[in-house]
Amino acid sequence: MTEFLQQLINGLAFGSILALIALGYTMVYGILRFINFAHGDIFMLGAFAGFYLAPKIATFLPMPSIAGALVVMGISMAICALVGIVIEKFAYRPLRRSPKLTVLITAIGVSLLIEYTCQNDHVFGSAPKSFPQILPVYPITKLGGLSLNSNQIVVFAVTLILLLALRFIVLKTKIGMAMRALSFNPEAAALMGINTDVVISFTFGLGSALAGAAGILFAVNYPAIDPLMGILPGLKAFVAAVLGGIGNLPGAALGGIIIGVTETLVAGYISSTYRDAIAFGILILILLVKPSGLLGKKEIEKV
Amino acid sequence: MNFRHAKTFLLGALVLCFLISLFANQINSYWLFISYDIGVNIILAVSLNLINGYTGQFSLGHAGFMAVGAYTAAVITNQFGELNTFASGAVFLVALLAGGLLAAVTGLLVGIPTLRLRGDYLAIVTLGFGEIIRVIFQNMNAIGGARGLSVSHGWANFFWAFGFAAITVYVVTALVHSTYGRGFIAVRDDEVAASAMGINPTKYKVTAFVVGAFFAGIAGGLYAHSKQFITPGGFNFMESISIVVMVILGGMGNTVGVIIAAILLTLLPEGLRKMAGIEHIPGFTAEFPLSWVGEARMIIYSLLLIVLMLARPQGLFTLRKSLLAK
Repeated sequence: MTEFLQQLINGLAFGSILALIALGYTMVYGILRFINFAHGDIFMLGAFAGFYLAPKIATFLPMPSIAGALVVMGISMAICALVGIVIEKFAYRPLRRSPKLTVLITAIGVSLLIEYTCQNDHVFGSAPKSFPQILPVYPITKLGGLSLNSNQIVVFAVTLILLLALRFIVLKTKIGMAMRALSFNPEAAALMGINTDVVISFTFGLGSALAGAAGILFAVNYPAIDPLMGILPGLKAFVAAVLGGIGNLPGAALGGIIIGVTETLVAGYISSTYRDAIAFGILILILLVKPSGLLGKKEIEKV
Repeated sequence: MNFRHAKTFLLGALVLCFLISLFANQINSYWLFISYDIGVNIILAVSLNLINGYTGQFSLGHAGFMAVGAYTAAVITNQFGELNTFASGAVFLVALLAGGLLAAVTGLLVGIPTLRLRGDYLAIVTLGFGEIIRVIFQNMNAIGGARGLSVSHGWANFFWAFGFAAITVYVVTALVHSTYGRGFIAVRDDEVAASAMGINPTKYKVTAFVVGAFFAGIAGGLYAHSKQFITPGGFNFMESISIVVMVILGGMGNTVGVIIAAILLTLLPEGLRKMAGIEHIPGFTAEFPLSWVGEARMIIYSLLLIVLMLARPQGLFTLRKSLLAK
């Protein structure tokens, strides 16, 4: 029982990171109907931004501290948002009217470009780097035999706060309303005076900032980072977005948690070598049984 | 390519391959070795072109089928010791065909459930299947698991590599130009309209997938017997991507263009490696060495993808207006 709870907590921590990444996929898909393949690499850039920022922040703030961690996370999120907006502007915007396949291939190209440029020794280098400690860690021992520390709590808390903030932006603000209008019908939204380019840039920025936050949270929990670290979490988060129903925000969060927990349980009880195949297995299953996802609405194709 | 001359082309190409292979010992072994890669890549790119280009189904799992063929062929030939020329040829042919068939069966198993999906979903699912195949091989300890499998015979030669490349080109061209094969293009151009005309899109997609997977398996077998060492990691997502780059660079649905692209992109890393070997070029110093050029292959691939999609989505070697951009 203790072991099961332990695996469940580990799974929830990993799952909430996936949920943050999945939100970016689902928002972009909701508006532009394409998979931003480079999203996993933004997640990686978030972790590396934290890696290079931490020593600089440490010169004026005490480093393993909550304030320092917040500053590192905030700046990393801003950097990722900027990268996301730049990618959209230069790679995807010229292809707004192109077939979906063209955009998908471009997105794969952008993803590979980021990965291989960062692997170059003049950029980050391909060797794994050890992420500095930016948060003080307190072991929590009062819960039976569970091995738990404050970092896992921090992951849940930060994810929850970001989810609530996102919900507020999407449901209560003007730009959020514009995002929803755009995902409903881009042409009609444009006719109503919504500047679609601005809204799309904002969406990319928002999704990328969440991916950046996920990168920092991931690095705090699993402190070895390398330029290819974004590929698998990125693909798994995409699966999470599809599982929850792509275009659906609560669905993405739910999908992330389900994938994270399932994967950790399978790795713990069946075989750890198959863990990377689990997400794809779930994806194939969901696309066969319920392609619209758990919370998604079925779309009817009009000819 | 003019289809009426296709049979002549096939016969000519096979004879030419045979003649050249007779003089293979005269060719510099470095270039000979690269020529095997070229043959393998032509097979891979032309067979993927049937799926991606002619049928319009974006598959990112071609390396998975290649892995199935490579492992099957390698396991079969590893059962044999030293053989004479004739016997080795026969065993090699059987092994390659077995690898191709098993890859085709895998393609069928993958294709039937997934080909109901479209566009980007299909891309991700084929990617997923490719990765699952790789993970399965990684867990099969009988064939080396993640440590890889060494192949005892280096039977791949110029004749096999280019002979199968010629057969692939012939089969794909003949198939697409046949009455039956017009269905592939119809499915690509408009799936809904095609099914309204009585074409079964799923059947065509699965056929393209199975034929493509068969040749990918053959290419895998050739690859295994030219490198003589295979690991599951060698058939990962990146390998699939590099085949996709060949198809896109050459122009989807343009067999000649895809062949040219396969040749160029096989020579590109070799050229970069040569450049990296040049020590003294003005401006390149010890602080900024040239060695990174050799590692730049994937950066160049990714830039090629982006620039091509922005500037020339129909591919470099297609003169007509893009088939994609409609």
